[in-house]
Amino acid sequence: MAIDAATVRKVAHLARIKTPEDRLEPLAQELNGILAWIEQLDQVDVEGVEPMTSNVAQPLRLRDDIVTDGAKRDAVLSNAPKSADGFFVVPKVVE
Amino acid sequence: MSDLTNLTLKAAVDGLKAKDFSSAEITQAFLTKIEAANPTLNAYVEVTADKALEMAKASDARLAAGEGGVLEGAPLGIKDLFCTEGVQTTAGSNMLRGFVPPYESTVTANLWRDGAVMLGKLNMDEFAMGSSNETSAFGPVKNPWKSNGSDAELTPGGSSGGSASAVAADLCLAATASDTGGSIRQPAAFTGTVGIKPTYGRASRFGMVAFASSLDQAGPITKTVEDAALLLQSMCSFDVKDSTSLDIPTPDWTQSVGKSVKGLRIGVPREYVVDGMPAEIQALWDQGVAWLKDAGCEIVEISLPHTKYALPTYYIVAPAEASSNLARYDGMRFGHRADEFKSLDDLYATSRAEGFGKEVQRRLTIGAYVLSAGFYDAYYVKALKVRRRIAEDFDNVWGQVDAILTPSTPSAAFALGDKQIDPLTMYLNDVFTVTTNLAGLPGISVPAGMDSGGLPLGLQVIGKALDEATVFQVGAALERAAGFTAKPGKWW
Repeated sequence: MAIDAATVRKVAHLARIKTPEDRLEPLAQELNGILAWIEQLDQVDVEGVEPMTSNVAQPLRLRDDIVTDGAKRDAVLSNAPKSADGFFVVPKVVE
Repeated sequence: MSDLTNLTLKAAVDGLKAKDFSSAEITQAFLTKIEAANPTLNAYVEVTADKALEMAKASDARLAAGEGGVLEGAPLGIKDLFCTEGVQTTAGSNMLRGFVPPYESTVTANLWRDGAVMLGKLNMDEFAMGSSNETSAFGPVKNPWKSNGSDAELTPGGSSGGSASAVAADLCLAATASDTGGSIRQPAAFTGTVGIKPTYGRASRFGMVAFASSLDQAGPITKTVEDAALLLQSMCSFDVKDSTSLDIPTPDWTQSVGKSVKGLRIGVPREYVVDGMPAEIQALWDQGVAWLKDAGCEIVEISLPHTKYALPTYYIVAPAEASSNLARYDGMRFGHRADEFKSLDDLYATSRAEGFGKEVQRRLTIGAYVLSAGFYDAYYVKALKVRRRIAEDFDNVWGQVDAILTPSTPSAAFALGDKQIDPLTMYLNDVFTVTTNLAGLPGISVPAGMDSGGLPLGLQVIGKALDEATVFQVGAALERAAGFTAKPGKWW
């Protein structure tokens, strides 16, 4: 499954990382190197094996559906790149 | 008075309790030393001198009143991946430059509860993605160790390179660190220090900047095994704010240090002999086996047949989780936002291209690829299945052995810049450590010897889930047998 520049362009878009055109080809080569190495996993017989998504054997805990935190508007906004009047300020998205 | 910065954490805590010296004195001694050393070693990204002296003063007041926690007055360094309220936390990334958390990580909150003093925030690979500290936006950390007869500057390892370098150079009594694929144990091995990653779920991940959530675990880097036990038991706790936190008591692991290992069965996995492994690493491993045999352990040859698949599995699972975790950095609510952009999509993409370094971008790209439609089953699900095979390998041997002995790393510390060219060469650093992350098991690295150039080498002890006690017990036995007391010659 070799990756070409077009695939890198697509994946970079999925990852939302702006990638200059002249970086696509070198990145494709790099990723192909890594993926070729990863493909040794095809040697492993995983027939009937359940995917392992967690190291923790316990089921996820449930808690009462009540408010446990909040009323921290200023703290939440304190690291915003831009804020005003208690709101995040973001660029206009609907033209 | 002798140099307080040379003390172990245990000796310092005892000395503070006995009022042999004050927290203000030892804190000031560290601050003075950091001021002189840090411009060269680059271990700290921020020194919180005022805060440290303030905390020391409060500790001295508690000690004077005969009060105080188990770490009262002890100055520590904190890896810059633990959120510290009111103190910049960057995870080594330009993305988070200037980010000041309005909350405290549970691990550090536990340390302050027990009376520890914060000296500052320690340098690290960006978002903990790296094995040499060279991916940090704040520049690489330097290893205090140099090879005999060479002036080359060496890596302290990574991602917890700042933690390891600071402990090795006596710039803190001990440090917090974190380990996703080996980021505590590899730097510990490279710097002649002790580092342990506990069982997954022992230490809360709340307030730790996330890399790969099913693998990330906090742990300490210290000067001795006893210090590691002391600090780890303070760091660990059940925490409702982390859904994978284990609701179980934290044992007193210091009780395991010094206990006889007679009769313990130690596994030696034949698959950990890797191609191109230096003879010195094999010799150290053989020496470790001999030491434990002398101490009365039974040595059992075991097989962990899926070992060689651990790294490729990791390089699917970790980037996939990172790609999901780091999606939060969109330039909207916190983190870097680009000044110039053409559209909303362009703002996301430009902010992330400017904020993330090369290695982080590489891993996020791999992550997005293995999770993308058409490749999800072939890569991601496949890796999760192999991950179970790797975990089962361990399950299959616990009937025959109580702990497993391996080298910590396939080499001693290498020169900065040496492995920059090829990402795969860098990834191979974690070949012995990554299996325990995938399986969620505890693993400790203990300094056990030196290579021909006089650089430290480590041995790793892997234990059953939740059996840190045996890991500390065996680790301490290796420490006693090795008698590793060497310190790096001061050149900085």
